[in-house]
Amino acid sequence: MGQLISIRMQTETARRVEQDADPEIKLDARQVNFFYGDFQALHDASLAVQARRITALIGPSGCGKTTFLRIFNRMHDLTPGTRATGEVLLDGHNVLSPDVDVIQLRRQVGMLFQRPNPFPKSIFDNVAYGPHMLGWSKARINQVVEESLKDTGLWEEVKTRLQRSALNLSGGQQQRLCLARALAVEPQVILMDEPASALDPIATLRIEELMQDLKQRYTIVIVTHNMQQAARVSDFTAFMLMNEKRAGEVIEYGPTDDIFNRPKDGRTEDYITGRFG
Amino acid sequence: MSRPMVRILVDRFFGALIAVSVMLAAVPVLVLLLFVVIKGLPGLLTPGFFTDPPFPQGVPGGGVFNAIIGTLVIVGIGSLLAVPIGSLIGIFLSEYGRNQLGDAVRFISDVLTGLPSIAFGIFGYTVVVLTTHHFSAISASIALAVLMLPVILRATESALVLVPQSLREAGLALGAPRWRVTLEIVVPAALGGIVTGGLLAMARAAGETAPLLFTAFGNDIVQTNPFQPMGALALTVFRNALVPYTNLQDQAWAAALLLVMLVATTNILARVYVRRIQR
Repeated sequence: MGQLISIRMQTETARRVEQDADPEIKLDARQVNFFYGDFQALHDASLAVQARRITALIGPSGCGKTTFLRIFNRMHDLTPGTRATGEVLLDGHNVLSPDVDVIQLRRQVGMLFQRPNPFPKSIFDNVAYGPHMLGWSKARINQVVEESLKDTGLWEEVKTRLQRSALNLSGGQQQRLCLARALAVEPQVILMDEPASALDPIATLRIEELMQDLKQRYTIVIVTHNMQQAARVSDFTAFMLMNEKRAGEVIEYGPTDDIFNRPKDGRTEDYITGRFG
Repeated sequence: MSRPMVRILVDRFFGALIAVSVMLAAVPVLVLLLFVVIKGLPGLLTPGFFTDPPFPQGVPGGGVFNAIIGTLVIVGIGSLLAVPIGSLIGIFLSEYGRNQLGDAVRFISDVLTGLPSIAFGIFGYTVVVLTTHHFSAISASIALAVLMLPVILRATESALVLVPQSLREAGLALGAPRWRVTLEIVVPAALGGIVTGGLLAMARAAGETAPLLFTAFGNDIVQTNPFQPMGALALTVFRNALVPYTNLQDQAWAAALLLVMLVATTNILARVYVRRIQR
């Protein structure tokens, strides 16, 4: 219970600031169903993600948070036998439509993974990979690498050893490098799949602080196991749960402050107060 | 006897069993190596061994210069054919081969691995020698290339499969097309394993004799034209070992030693290379 009170205090002070009257919806998932073969992993999941805000997906293990997230940049395309129905509108265009250019989509919707996954290349080449692929000029690449590293607070730490292997960095630095790599292709949305789960508390704090800076320019959707983290960083929270057929559903979605302090659904309250999950 | 006592004895017994097994495996290899070194060293140190072509039977002296050149040319051309094709097939198997076609390729490659090497000789003979109407180094290279193929493609595939899926996802999530992720991220990450596979296949091919018997055929003249019959170290060993002249028998031993050294060096190079790349 003490935990809950501390969460409430955090949301109380941090939030309540920016509730737009006419919010811009960046990403709009409408009644998305998702199947791994015959198994339905998501049931009628809907989520209207506001632009330049942080939206958190929380819920117990196996509730489909990550599955939901990976629909937004079509990462499931890699897994044979998967299928999605419904709509996910990015600026009004359905990204699930078969004629969508997935490559183009993923340049607009970047992703940060659970474990830092830098390429086994130099620090510079990691960040330059996307811009290089887009065929940008050398001067522009150099500039965007520096900017991205500055945006993630890494520049001062690595500027003298840009040609050294990225694998020598610490876990937290690696994760910020992966973030810089994602920023370098100038996406509009950044998906984060438990980005701090493999990091120590201090590195986690760095990532959370960065998110607050980045939301001035980017729309962020974060999956997290950690309720305190959702309360600390997010503006909106969606609580997900498995239904009786083990398919994930969005139980309640709203401003983080409301979800943690005035949940409408009893199941949300049970989860928030630690009665299960 | 107390329980811990029994446990310690059982532990000792199995420890000893393992030690004996290791000896049983290692001793024959060491004896063989020692034997080849002792028997081959005199021939290897004979003046002209590396620089002279063979002299006619009964004439003292002579060397294996023709065979050294021949082995390099035959294995070189064979590798030029097998390494690119083999690694491309390996890339296909790992990145795009999770289907029936991939399974079929894997099965064929496994069959090819188990085939006796003389079958590859017959293949080179039928396909190249019979159609061109004469023996040639190139027919041997083709036979060896087919022999190397399964080794290379399996080594490439297993090296690529070890590359974490998260690296592929990282590339794709940046909006990189799959072929770029494969060539620019996955393959470089597995390069050590791929190169090692290629070198090991080359080492294996260099030591093969049967595929050369009726393809390269052998040639006592130093020949560099791949469309002509050519000597090879393995052929020198095979022919000279059966001849009643001691200088030629010495050459056979020396050629065998040279082959062993060649294969060992290649293996060591492969390992050193992998260590360096992993840093």
